[in-house]
Amino acid sequence: MSALLEVNAVTQQFGGVTALAQVNLTVNRGTITGLIGPNGAGKTTLFNVICGVRPPTSGSVRFDGVEVNNAGVHERGAMGISRTFQRLELFWTLTVYENVLVAAELASHPNPAEIARQNLELLGIDHLADATAGELSTGSARLLEVARALATSPKLLLLDEPASGLDERESEQLGELLKQLQERGITVLVVEHDMTLVMGVCDEVYVLDLGVNIASGKPEHVRTHPDVIRAYLGAQIGES
Amino acid sequence: MQQFFAYTIIGLTIGAIYALASSGLVLTYVTSGVFNIAHGAIGMISAFVYWQIRFDWGIPTPIALLLVLGVFCPLLGIVIERFVLRGLGAANEVTRLTVTVALMAGLIGAASWIWPPDARSAFRGFYEGNVITVLDVNIGMNKIIALISAVAVAVLLRYLLFNTRLGVQMRAVVDDRDLAELNGTRPNNIARASWAMGSVLAGYAGILLAAEVQLNVIPLTLLVINAYAAAILGRLKSLLYTFVGAMTLGLLEAYLLWTSGTSWFPKTFFGFNTSGIRQAAPTIFLFICLLALPQAKLRAGMVRVVQRSREPKWSTSLLGSAVLVVGVVALTSLLTRANTIFLVQCLVFALAVLSLVPLTGYSGLVSLAPLTFAGLGAVFMAKLPGDGSVMTLIMTVVIVALIGAVVALPALRLEGIYLALATGAFALLVSTLVFNQQKVFPNGSLDVPKLRLLGIDFQQPRAKAIMFAVVFALVSLTLVSVRRSRLGRQMVAMKDSPLAGAMLGMNLLKVKTVAFALSAAIASLAGALDAGKVPPDRYGLDSSLPILLLAVVGGISSIGGAFFGGVMLGTNSVMATAIPSLANIAKITPGFIGMTLGRNLNGVSAQIGDGFRPVIEHRQSVVVAIIGPAGFWLLATFNVITNWQFFGLLFMWTLGTIGLLPAILGNDTNLRNTLLPLSVSGLIIGFISTTINLPTGGRMLCLIVAATFVVQLAQKKMAQELTTASTTAESPDLAGLTTPFTARELQEVDDAIGVVP
Repeated sequence: MSALLEVNAVTQQFGGVTALAQVNLTVNRGTITGLIGPNGAGKTTLFNVICGVRPPTSGSVRFDGVEVNNAGVHERGAMGISRTFQRLELFWTLTVYENVLVAAELASHPNPAEIARQNLELLGIDHLADATAGELSTGSARLLEVARALATSPKLLLLDEPASGLDERESEQLGELLKQLQERGITVLVVEHDMTLVMGVCDEVYVLDLGVNIASGKPEHVRTHPDVIRAYLGAQIGES
Repeated sequence: MQQFFAYTIIGLTIGAIYALASSGLVLTYVTSGVFNIAHGAIGMISAFVYWQIRFDWGIPTPIALLLVLGVFCPLLGIVIERFVLRGLGAANEVTRLTVTVALMAGLIGAASWIWPPDARSAFRGFYEGNVITVLDVNIGMNKIIALISAVAVAVLLRYLLFNTRLGVQMRAVVDDRDLAELNGTRPNNIARASWAMGSVLAGYAGILLAAEVQLNVIPLTLLVINAYAAAILGRLKSLLYTFVGAMTLGLLEAYLLWTSGTSWFPKTFFGFNTSGIRQAAPTIFLFICLLALPQAKLRAGMVRVVQRSREPKWSTSLLGSAVLVVGVVALTSLLTRANTIFLVQCLVFALAVLSLVPLTGYSGLVSLAPLTFAGLGAVFMAKLPGDGSVMTLIMTVVIVALIGAVVALPALRLEGIYLALATGAFALLVSTLVFNQQKVFPNGSLDVPKLRLLGIDFQQPRAKAIMFAVVFALVSLTLVSVRRSRLGRQMVAMKDSPLAGAMLGMNLLKVKTVAFALSAAIASLAGALDAGKVPPDRYGLDSSLPILLLAVVGGISSIGGAFFGGVMLGTNSVMATAIPSLANIAKITPGFIGMTLGRNLNGVSAQIGDGFRPVIEHRQSVVVAIIGPAGFWLLATFNVITNWQFFGLLFMWTLGTIGLLPAILGNDTNLRNTLLPLSVSGLIIGFISTTINLPTGGRMLCLIVAATFVVQLAQKKMAQELTTASTTAESPDLAGLTTPFTARELQEVDDAIGVVP
């Protein structure tokens, strides 16, 4: 199993605040990796570093065997990193279909319209194709984010809290979808608060707390890790 | 040495005035999030009011100053905040910027209306004539007061922001408006206070500045571009850097003034007069400051809006283009030569407005320089060899498009207001360094040759009008195909969320460059094809502003909006020429129309468009809608009705009948029986009102517009009563917020969560 994404000793400081301290993270090809931690742990900051939205204060990011520290956001996008956003970033004034179409076109698919349709179907929102994105409910908007991210046929898919705003049933469906994506060979890194989802689908889990990587490993290992339990105020993960 | 000292004092004085103005700008920006382009105009109008009170009415200085700074300025700030800006909370950046541009245009118009240039006497500074001599240099009291005030204001502002309750609240609002509100601060009150203070600072700076440069509307308004430069140096946040920037700029200007008077400063450079460089120094400084800003961070997208960037349909677009061209051909057969010239003007404006559609409408980039590119188009058309051949036109368009792309390149690192300011600075630079050169506009006018094509004389108004209609139609269709293409979707996607676009692999720089080049090319057509003698000020920044305003008012993301905006602008200038008594009103109209944007964010054409949409989707209605005007035209051509009656009918038909057609032709007899008499009576009113013979065409036009307006109003009223108001489904997220919970809903909630009352 080879590494698709390697984050090496990344530190991110904002003024006097250290959002990430010497974080290491490896995502192997074909796996689903979870990234969990309390609010303010630095999960989204780490996503931003991986995507190139902010250069890290120190440390490096390697993707697909290439160091990408100097690559811009769109260059990394073109290399095969795709993501969704915790605070939704849809193209609000375009239709649902156009949102996905733009992504497929940017990935230079020979038949972008077909790809767009397929991804809307995959996420079960094809009936909304002609609605304006701004009119969607939060749940559907989140699914659209995933559909759009998938339309670039990424190697690595970063999901930032995809299940927030989804109900229990939708959340289960999302878990199944992630498994499906894995079967197709897409590697996934997911930030999520829904522990049932994370523990159910992830091959590997990393735990961040206050910018420090306090634990990593198989879900069952992480679940019982004392530092993790402390970070979550003693609550037994998965039982809350 | 003595001279050095003297110029240093001048520099510090100017710097102090800039500091006063720019600190007011920063204050309003940080507390309300609106960058006030009209800040300079507020200073300008305050200087005029002060002049009125102090010198025209002869009221003593302290009272005059108190009236202006203690009453007029705060009131102006409060009125602006309350009636112009509030309600813009949900608006996007383009709209917010445009509203302050409108404010600026409105204030400029008002000042030149109330105080015509010949009615102004000298503006004297405080205690003029009294000097203090330091190192053999006489320093006027005005300068000393300016210096002291700047320092005092700096100290006071610092104290206010860090040591008073109001200041702490202001900073809280800056940090997190919602959180501050939850903790009991009232952001609206804070914004009002800061706008009042900002206006006072602008007003004071304006009065001090007027003493140095005298009363002049445009220079006083634009000199505050220097305040922008200083504020930008402070990144619109730091008051300290803002002061440093203001002082640097003041000194720079003073030393340039000094050296440009000495013999070693070259008077010409490759035949270009260098005096423009000194004038342009602040603008260049602003430009450099803007370019020195760090690369804009990828911004998260705009807040979610329920608005749609509708992809234009080919059928509608082709129909619209055909109607435009056929309409202009038919119309010009009836119009007099003079009125045809007005029509040409409308179409030129419409084309200039159209240039903003791909740039601002699709891509969300604000440009304050649309006419600058039109002006460059005119210059190249006149100067390139070929004397107006098609080849010359093509070369002109290509060159201006390239200039657009090249100018855009450095500016592309910028976003939002910074980008808008950079384009404004570019417009000023081109005006001073190119358009105002004897070499470019000999004797103050440029002779743009007419297009040589198929042996048609395009200098003739009718041929020119038809040509512009055809060009507008062709450019529109090009834009439709752009919008429907990958590029067009990427432009809109970039506007909605640059961050998500980049993440999907979109090269934002490329998309922005193309948008700028396309926009510049379209604008250049407007300038290059408008043959004749052209004065240099036609393409200045102050002429560009109304273009942007009416584009946004019309609805900038649609071609129909551009056309509507152009026609409004054209009509406005026609009215000003036709009816001199309306000329002053015409000066302020674009500004006031723009200020209403806070109430109507999608533009007028979107509203009108919504009214027409059912018509376009109803085949029978489309046919009838076209047959009507064709019939009127035949009647007019064979002199059965007069031309004015034709226009009356046409207006009524367009605005009062077409919208009702689907209902009239529909199956609901009840509706038909009410609406048919309604539209017929409208047409009759239009016909009769134009039978009244008024002496001038402009007055006739006014009458027609007024009659149409009245009929429309009546129709709307009646239609409202007819159709039961459709209740729009409310988002469940808003339940309990927009309307209170009902007792039943509360009961259901209690049951659901198991609360036993």
